[in-house]
Amino acid sequence: MFFSASNLTGGYGGVNIIEECSFNVNRGEIVSILGPNGAGKSTAMKAMLGILDLKNGTVVLNGKDITKLKTQDRIKLGISFVPQIKNIFTELTVKENLEMGAFLNDTNLLTRLEEMYDLFPIIKEKKDQFAGELSGGQRQQVAIARALMTEPDVLMLDEPTAGVSPVIMTELFEHILNIKKQNIAILMVEQNARQALEISDRGYILVTGKNAYEGRGDFLLNDKEIRKAFLGG
Amino acid sequence: MDFLNSIILLTNFIIVPGITYGSQLALGAIGVTLIYGVLRFANFAYGDLMAFGTMIVILVTWFLQSKGITLGLLPTALLALPVGILLTIAVSLFFDKTVFEYYRNKKSDPVTFIVVSLGIMFVLNAVVRIIIGPNDINFMDGHKFIMKAREFKQMTGLNEGLALKSTQVITLITTIITCSILFYFLNKTKTGKSMRAYSNNEDLALLSGIDPKKIVLLTWIIVSILATVAGTLYGLDKSFKPFTYFNNLLPIFAATIVGGIGNPLGAFYGGFLIAFSEIGLTYAYKKFFKYIMPEGLEPSTLIQFISTDYKFAISFAILIVVLIFRPNGIFKGKVI
Repeated sequence: MFFSASNLTGGYGGVNIIEECSFNVNRGEIVSILGPNGAGKSTAMKAMLGILDLKNGTVVLNGKDITKLKTQDRIKLGISFVPQIKNIFTELTVKENLEMGAFLNDTNLLTRLEEMYDLFPIIKEKKDQFAGELSGGQRQQVAIARALMTEPDVLMLDEPTAGVSPVIMTELFEHILNIKKQNIAILMVEQNARQALEISDRGYILVTGKNAYEGRGDFLLNDKEIRKAFLGG
Repeated sequence: MDFLNSIILLTNFIIVPGITYGSQLALGAIGVTLIYGVLRFANFAYGDLMAFGTMIVILVTWFLQSKGITLGLLPTALLALPVGILLTIAVSLFFDKTVFEYYRNKKSDPVTFIVVSLGIMFVLNAVVRIIIGPNDINFMDGHKFIMKAREFKQMTGLNEGLALKSTQVITLITTIITCSILFYFLNKTKTGKSMRAYSNNEDLALLSGIDPKKIVLLTWIIVSILATVAGTLYGLDKSFKPFTYFNNLLPIFAATIVGGIGNPLGAFYGGFLIAFSEIGLTYAYKKFFKYIMPEGLEPSTLIQFISTDYKFAISFAILIVVLIFRPNGIFKGKVI
């Protein structure tokens, strides 16, 4: 597996929020982490990024153990993250947001910007506006584009469709499917479980900080028990 | 003719001094606002940092003068300015390493930082007084006037004179140059943009690979340059007295908050707003009305809104009004 985390245990203070969690994702694959509120989905993602101190577990990227690395060093190795909130620079223009995404490596900034304009046409249209003036769906696109500017191998998304309308949600998921074509490993945490599974290759369902179910997207979607418990019938 | 005289009168006593004082406040306020934006606290030691920088400039000026080096028509202090800037940067970085960094690593509250900066304020204040003394020092040399009031009167035949001190022109030109470079840096260069990004959203800046240590270092360097330049211009224009710099903290903070704290362009305009309010409200308009009112209707009183002794009350009043009605400033800034 290209990017894998195994037996992650950790939390804030003395309490463990995630216990013995394992995930993995390959290049060109979309993997969703689902589960009820408070299951530890976002925490698991933070653990993989190095934002959370782990008591146990290992994180491996392309055969290299990165468990001990700081967040900024993991980003340099090609992991990019889109937080759920505060994921754009509101006081910078859209174009400047993307430039900041390419802060570490701007050797082919211009071609990369063009690629983003192709991927997200709305960004080209709004490039000189302040990002804070955009609508929710547009902001999410800027946020994802900023994360893609580093030319990452792994893209981690924390609830990319939180708070947007169903129409925008479908649009965002289409964008994510397009990103997958660039041979990037995509790992996302989602509340809209059913729609997320429809575009995912595989999914993990977390319950109270532990892996409860995992499998192919269509398998999880069609499993009666899972449908009833997590996907609303 | 009388109308012309009234215009000259206002230009001489309000507009020219207002632009000069406004430039000095603007430079100071941009420094305060940058510290707030990046380091997230109101730095009370800023006035005394200005005093420290100016003190170094004065000492170097004296040294240069003793060696017979001057700038001719221009004040020698301009030659001494780079040394003042370098030592002020050194002092800022020293206090950052020894004091602020510790609280930054501890992720202390902004209030803690304010109290810590008060401590540094006292230390800097004492250092300046010990080295150069508490008295008034005039270190302006070179050509004092570009145009004297008397010359203007002779030239135009008007009753009112328009004096233009060379320090006023130097202040304006230096401010224009400094601010142009600063705003070009913040808006057009990669490093400047990363500074704005860090100020806007620290977590996302870290996720983008922006190095916080570099940003902090850069901020102290820029702020020290601004403090020294603003302090020296103020000292050249008026005179140098350590206590005045501490006093100027109030109008500078008022300018920062009026402009929206964390917003450099707002701080720039805020500086001028405060300066013109202060000068405009403490000026006695009796003579002005004498020129524009018909004969027999001249005012018998001074027509002064408030005595010059209370000029700080104006900054304070503006500060309170802005905080009550527009806490994020006239231009968009952060709410304290």
